[in-house]
This record gives sequence, C-alpha cells and structure tokens, in this order.
Amino acid sequence: MIAAGSAGVDGPASALVALPVLLPLFAAGLKLGVGVRLQRTQRVISTVVLSTVLAVALVLLIDADRYGPQVMYAGGWKPPVGIVLVADRLSALMLVISSSVTLCVLLYSIGQGMADREEGTPMSVFHPAYLVLVAGVSDTFLAGDLFNLYVGFEIMLTASYVLLTLGGTVTRIRAGATYAIVSLLSSVLFLAAVAVVYSATGTVTMAELARRFDELPGGVAVLAQISLLTVFCTKAAVFPLAAWLPDSYPTAPAPVTAVFAGLLTKVGIYAILRTQTLLFPGDRLSDALMVLALLSLLVGILGAVAQTDLKRLLSFTLVSHIGFMVFGIALATRAGFSGSIFYVVHHITVQTTLFLVVGLVERRGVTTDLRRLGGIAKLSPALGLVFFVPAMNLAGVPPLSGFLGKFGLLRAGVAHGGAMTYVLIAAGSATSLLTLYALAKAWNLGFWRAAPPQLYVVGVVLDTVETDEESPREPAAVSEAGASSGGSGAVDVDVLAGRSEAASFGGRAITTGQPPAAMLGPTAALVAFGLAFTVFAGPLSSLTVRVADELTARTPYVTAVTGR
Amino acid sequence: MNETIALVVTGGALIAAGTVLLLSRPLSRIVLGTVVIGNGVNLLLLASSGAASRAPLLYKVFGPQRISDPLPQAFVLTAIVITLALTAFLSAMAYRAWQLSGSDDVQDDVEDLRVAHRAEHGEEHREEARRPRERERRARRRELLAVGEEDEQPGQEGVSRRLRRAGSHYREARRRARAEARPHHGRAARSDEDVADDLWETILGADR
Repeated sequence: MIAAGSAGVDGPASALVALPVLLPLFAAGLKLGVGVRLQRTQRVISTVVLSTVLAVALVLLIDADRYGPQVMYAGGWKPPVGIVLVADRLSALMLVISSSVTLCVLLYSIGQGMADREEGTPMSVFHPAYLVLVAGVSDTFLAGDLFNLYVGFEIMLTASYVLLTLGGTVTRIRAGATYAIVSLLSSVLFLAAVAVVYSATGTVTMAELARRFDELPGGVAVLAQISLLTVFCTKAAVFPLAAWLPDSYPTAPAPVTAVFAGLLTKVGIYAILRTQTLLFPGDRLSDALMVLALLSLLVGILGAVAQTDLKRLLSFTLVSHIGFMVFGIALATRAGFSGSIFYVVHHITVQTTLFLVVGLVERRGVTTDLRRLGGIAKLSPALGLVFFVPAMNLAGVPPLSGFLGKFGLLRAGVAHGGAMTYVLIAAGSATSLLTLYALAKAWNLGFWRAAPPQLYVVGVVLDTVETDEESPREPAAVSEAGASSGGSGAVDVDVLAGRSEAASFGGRAITTGQPPAAMLGPTAALVAFGLAFTVFAGPLSSLTVRVADELTARTPYVTAVTGR
Repeated sequence: MNETIALVVTGGALIAAGTVLLLSRPLSRIVLGTVVIGNGVNLLLLASSGAASRAPLLYKVFGPQRISDPLPQAFVLTAIVITLALTAFLSAMAYRAWQLSGSDDVQDDVEDLRVAHRAEHGEEHREEARRPRERERRARRRELLAVGEEDEQPGQEGVSRRLRRAGSHYREARRRARAEARPHHGRAARSDEDVADDLWETILGADR
C-alpha cells in the first residue's frame, strides 16, 4: 500500500484517466459516420460506451480513494507547461454519479425513440450531441488546469446548444437564444479571467496556482476569484445569475431537460468547489457567498410556488436547491464541504429522475400544465410512484437522502456558528417546507385529484384558448406558436376509459396506454439509485468526508500533480 | 510595453462595442456582438503574455529569454476556433428564428409574462369565472354532449363523433394556415418599417 499523497505516485489507474473524455468523443464521431440507417448499431455503441465510462469511473474512484489523486500528463508534458488530467476523490465521485445518470437517461431516450418509432433527423443529431455533452462534462471534472476547464465547459455548452434547440421549433429557438447568449457571455468572462490569472502568475495549472496565489498581493487574487466565481455562478444558476434557467430548460425534450437540470448546473458547483478549496482557501468571500445562497434559496422556491407548469416548477426548485450547495461551500469548513458534496450527489439523481417522470407525464397527458392535468396516479400507479418517491426525497422528508443531506448541511452550519449562518439555517428550513408545499401541490393537482373535465371530454373538442376562464387570454404569439404550456385545444380521447386509440395533438401523436416499459425502466432504476443513497448513507457520507478532507488538505492534489 | 498597452486599449474598445451590440434585440446583431467581444478578449489574452519579443519559432536562435511566450497564443488559437463554431451555430439559429417568425428578435418568455399578468389581473379573471352565465353555458354544453353520446345508434354516426371529427379537421386546418401565414406576416411587418433619415438611427436604432 502506498500512502496517499506521497510524491509522484503513478497510481495503477493513471492510464485510464483520459478515457471518460476520449471514449464518448470517439463514439460520437463513429455514430456520425454510421449515420441514421443503423438505429440498432447507434444504440449499441452509445450504451456500450457509457457503460464503459461508468466502469472506468468506478475504478478511478476506488484508486483515487486508496492511492491518492490519479494524474495523467497529456503527451508527457509536465506542468507548468503541459495539460494534466487529474482524478482525485471529488472528480472521480462526480464522474461516477454523472456517468450513472447519463447512462440511465440514454436508456430512457432509447426507449422513447423506440416507443415513438422515431426515424431520421432528431435522433441522428441527438445521439452524437449527447455523447459530446458527456465528454465535455467528464473533461470539466478531470481538468487539471483552468484553460482545459474552459475547453471542457465549451465542449459541454456547444453540445447543449444543439440539444436544447433540437428540431428548431419556435419555443425551443426562443428559449435557446436566451440560453446561448448567457452562456456565451459567461464563457467570454471565463476567458478574460484566465487572461488575468495567467498574466498575474504565469501559469494556469491549478496545482501550481494553488502555491502562487498565496504569494500574490490580495487585490489581484480577489479580482481573479470574483471573476471566476461570477462565471461559475452563472453556470450553476445561483440566484442573481439564474434568470436564464427556468426560461430555457423546460422547452427541451424530456431526456435533455433531465440531463441539463441534473448535471450541468452541478458542473458549475463542482468548479466553485474546486477553485474555492484549491486556489482560494480560507473564507475571503464567504459572506458574499452566504448572501447569494440565501437569495437563491428564497427567490428560487418562491418562484416555484408561483408556477402552474410542472416543468417550470421543478426548474425553480433546482435554482433554490443550488442555494443549499453554495451554503455548504460558503461555510468553508470540512463539514460544510462534506455536506455540500453529499447534497450534490443526492440532488443530481433526484432532479434528473423528476424530469424524466415529467417527460412520461407529458406523454400521457400531453401537457405539463397542472391546471389541466389530473388523475395520473389512478391511470398509472407506477407513474405515480416514481414521481412521489423522488418528490418527497427532494423535499427532504425523513428518512430519505434529501433529509440527510439537508441535516448534514444544517449541522455544519450550527458547528460553524455566526449570525448569518443562523439566518441561512432558518431560510434552509423554510425552503424545505416550501419545497414540500410546491411538490405536494403538484402531486395533488396532477396525480391525486380526478381528471379535470375540460381535458378529457369525450366527444366535442373544446377550444380551451377561448373557453378557459382560469387562464388569462394569452398573447397572440403564443397561441400561434402552439405553446406547450399554454395548451391550445383539448384532447378528444377518452383517457379515463383507458382506450388506447391514438390521437393527434398539435401534430404530435399521443398514446393513452401505460407508459412504455423501456422508458419506465430507466426511470425506476434512477429512483432506486436515489433510494440507495438513503440505504447506504453511512458509507457515502464517510466517503464525502474523505473527499472534503482531501480538498481542505490541498497537499495531496498539489503533490500528485507537481511532484513536489 | 507600448504594444501591450495598445492591445489592452483595443481589447477594451472592442469589448465595449460588443456590449452595445449584445444589448440589442435582433439575434443577428447579438452574433456580431459576441464575435467582437470574443476578439477583444483574445487581445487581452495576448496582452497577458507580457512584453512583445521575438517569435517563439525562433527559440533555437535567440534562446528562451528573448522569445515571446507561446502559451497565450495557443490559448487564443483555441478560443478563436471555439468562437468560430459558436458564431456558425448562432447564425443558423438567427436564420431559423427569422424563418419561423419573420424576425430574429429575442422573444420575451411567455410564462414569465403570464405569471406577471396573473399577479396583476388574477382577481378579474376569477370574477369572470364565477359569473353564473358562464357556468350555465358550460353546463348546457355538457348536457348537449351527453345527449349526443346517448342517441348514437349502431351503424350510424352519432352527433358527437361527427362533431369530434369536424373539430379536429378544423384545428388541423387552422394550424396549417397559421403556419403558412407566419413568415408572410413577419416579412410584411419587416417591409413596413420605415428607414429613418438619421444614419445613426438606422444602424443602432429600430430595436423592436
């Protein structure tokens, strides 16, 4: 056994570090070459590659936990010049979670493609873009220098623009424009921050920077820290920079929204964690982060309470729960980091699951507008169950992992002390209650009550745009665009009778049978995965404590990369 | 040193100009804005390499002390490639937006507008819904439907089925007509714009 952090350990797995980035990229190219004819080949390639990435990530996690950070020098160039890929405990843990989630979502989307018998265009773009997205996320987690982090972000974002505007419909173009502009702006700021850092220190390798930032005059370091934090908070959708998220995510196809909501914001959180622990240790900007966390928690959840559309409601809860993770980081204590990481792991899984379920709901009820949905739990108890469990988990009902994560964070806050911390603890508890309220409202309206008559009228089609008094008359642009949330027109299918005759709604075929097993299966698997965090909360939390140890110590990472 | 200052000043000016473009509504201008800002930031990156000196290709002749730093140049090259790809994508998106709606303006989010509207006028709508006349009308309609279902006999089409078919036909036709009319509306609206006499207004104004 080699002690962790001993100089220049080339761990047994250091050759594997590049695989999570290279394999999906290679597969994406291969699939573009294969083309749209061979659907089965496409599916096999995707599934095999993502399963391999998951296996590699698991090996990396075990090795990083046992032998310290695994380092790969690209092309044999050592820092400060070369590009390094580093898999320490945090990176490897994030990789394991992200590859599990992306694999499940891929299976779900394959199931959806099979159920809808989709041939041709959207899927042929979807699969390669999805794999490129996975490669970008992996690169971000593994990047050992700031510029490679930027490149990872860009790979991820470019793929996400394509995925968000799949099919180029009116609503998606509208949403994609906002998303693309905000992301581009934050990328440009990131580049400027890299320029500042490089001119001040002469390197962008994070392990070198950790040493050099300590020797800099305070002002320069603060400038670098603020600009990097601004960038990462935009990616993570921390409140004042989160306005783009609820407007853009809900319009995408269900699997895409699920991955975005689950993973992409957490990549921002990972970057904040990495820079706050490695480059800028101490609590220099803790108070500012506390205020941001407070605002995210409250504004996000109040936004969620105001929504009537299920997808937007969940998007707002996402913004709000990002506040919990930022709170843990702002504490800048070992317990705070540990709680934050536990919460990230739990939240990725639960949020992804919920969005997948909403995708299934949309297939059933055509709309996700809670005022027009109803009776889903009666129609399909399985669908009700896979919504109810993660919803309660997100709200933090004991004994589920959501409760454990929140409890860990609040306990870390109490241990830290201070007036601001207690304000945040109160806000966090209030947020939990309001989350429960919002999700219970969704459950009661969408799943538990009897189906509202205006949707499932047998016979005549009621044009709800003209006869629906609850909702204001929408602007003309909406009804023309046939907005998904507005719902123009009722469905002339007797859903309650369970007849599975196909009908068309807005040019889209809908089915009224049970959700297809190929889509329900991966969703249920993710639900089980989320529940496993509850069952194995002990081992998981001891792992996150070890991750936090490594982060606060800093030396293992720096020594592993620089060899000094 | 002077060259570096020139780089920084030019970069700052480009970023300022790009910001003005980025704040406008049409996507095509926003694309130009991102390109300009990207170039400005690339100049800042170049400036981070310190004072200008010999080309890094000549390191064997002049030694590592006299050549300029190659690393920022590699950064800039990468950034240029990324900006190029994103420009292509955004341009395609702007074109698609114009195709769909006849303008490439960035639209406001509908749901946001709706929530704000509900906060302002929610009470009025609830009033409206409570009106007895409305309730009666809906009850009558439901009765009619029930009757239509009942007198459906085997072998002949019931009222409800006919109504149902007619309704879906009507909606399909309406959807198609609207989809066809949309670009025309947009273009018509565009052609109605009068170009202002003021050149500045023509270039920077008209952000509708």
